[in-house]
Amino acid sequence: MNIISSFLLSFLAGIALIVIAWAGALTNLQGLFGVVLPYIAITTFVAGVVYRVLNWAQSPVPFRIPTTCGQEKSFPWIKANCIENPSSTLGVVIRMAFEVLTFRSLFRGTTVELRGGPKLDYRSTKWLWMAALGFHYSFLMIFFRHFRFFTEPIPALVHLAENMDSFFEVTVPALYISDGLLMACVTYLLIRRVIIPQVRYISLPADYFPLFLILAIGTTGILMRYILKVDVVSIKELAMGLVTFHPAVPKGIGSLFYIHLFLVCVLIIYFPFSKLVHLGGVFLSPTRNLANNNRQVRHVNPWNYPVKVHTYAEYEDDFREKMIEAGLPVEKELSDEKE
Amino acid sequence: MKLYDSGKIITGIVIFVILMTFPFWFNMGRAAPKPDPKLPKNVKNCVLPKDTIKTSHMQILNNWRDEVVRDNKRSFVAFDGKHFDKSLSNTCMKCHSSKKQFCDQCHNYLKVTPYCWDCHIEPKEPKESKETAEAKEPKETK
Repeated sequence: MNIISSFLLSFLAGIALIVIAWAGALTNLQGLFGVVLPYIAITTFVAGVVYRVLNWAQSPVPFRIPTTCGQEKSFPWIKANCIENPSSTLGVVIRMAFEVLTFRSLFRGTTVELRGGPKLDYRSTKWLWMAALGFHYSFLMIFFRHFRFFTEPIPALVHLAENMDSFFEVTVPALYISDGLLMACVTYLLIRRVIIPQVRYISLPADYFPLFLILAIGTTGILMRYILKVDVVSIKELAMGLVTFHPAVPKGIGSLFYIHLFLVCVLIIYFPFSKLVHLGGVFLSPTRNLANNNRQVRHVNPWNYPVKVHTYAEYEDDFREKMIEAGLPVEKELSDEKE
Repeated sequence: MKLYDSGKIITGIVIFVILMTFPFWFNMGRAAPKPDPKLPKNVKNCVLPKDTIKTSHMQILNNWRDEVVRDNKRSFVAFDGKHFDKSLSNTCMKCHSSKKQFCDQCHNYLKVTPYCWDCHIEPKEPKESKETAEAKEPKETK
């Protein structure tokens, strides 16, 4: 698929979803969009991710893949890099922590460009890393903040997160730093896909669609909080009804909320079956989560076929008498066996 | 079905499921009482229609403060043509006299902590409503 069709297809899919939710809210299908769909979505999300992880766990990992970025453990007088190229479990845990929490692999990003001269110019780029980190952490913050709608009483940690996020106390209601950061980072990630030719070439609808979806979720969320306003008390009543299994749809929640909720439901239903499932997948990256101890530990190929062997000793046992009769040399004489 | 590293995989899955279903087990066995803001009986209309004031009162108050403090514009014409003084303590609290039974109802429900009372002196709870508030209190401390 080329850029135009990929981009447009994802964009139109996003628009179509918004229209569906809007139509649903206007035609009094709040019960479907506010109760049934969220339950379907959360069930699909949890079961889907668990299914994917169990499915991955059934694939044997035959051998350590040493895509290393540091010196392997070797002679004692060669300094080993025990985090980038770990040979112990602790080292692996630290490497994984760097990968999951700080996106170490993206931090290594480089570009290769011909900048006028005859020589290739290699240099580090941190833009993707920065945007990815900003996006993921602000998404986490927003996700965590939303627990104020799902808990009663609200845990102190959620309240603390909210206070930290609205630290600057500008605008009423107070502007969340994560809202602005998320929108900026997702916009960058989208523009990056379109502008950089190499990235554009490998981008598919599956790459654009989640970006549009998250942009739409962010936009509807921001509109609800700062501009068009919705009745948050009723929304919390709806959310609390869902999590205490006494679902009820309070009247008077704006259709904007139902659009937001529907898009979130679509996102989490889509989650386990798309690239977004790297949430679980990152923990199962074989190049990151295996110690490079190929030379220290014996690794047996887990899919080795159980070979039936018939050793020479057994062969001789079967044919010893005939072999001696034919004058063939044997390792064990016949008389030995009789003894 | 053979799982490789099943110990780690199952631990991970259990942690994931517990985290993702947090609201379901956190609220288990707890009633979530809906907020019940006590509306004044003798007055019908607020300064804006009910739906609007419900969702936008914080912005109105913020604008009022700026207009009064910076421009000395104190008069507000309500949607039904009545004139009001732009004042939290004197206008809003005149009808909604109890902070506990009005403001705090929804604010506590969503743990919203507006900074109104950083500057304004918190109004004294009216006598009769105080008793009802106290009667309600043991319920809250449970």
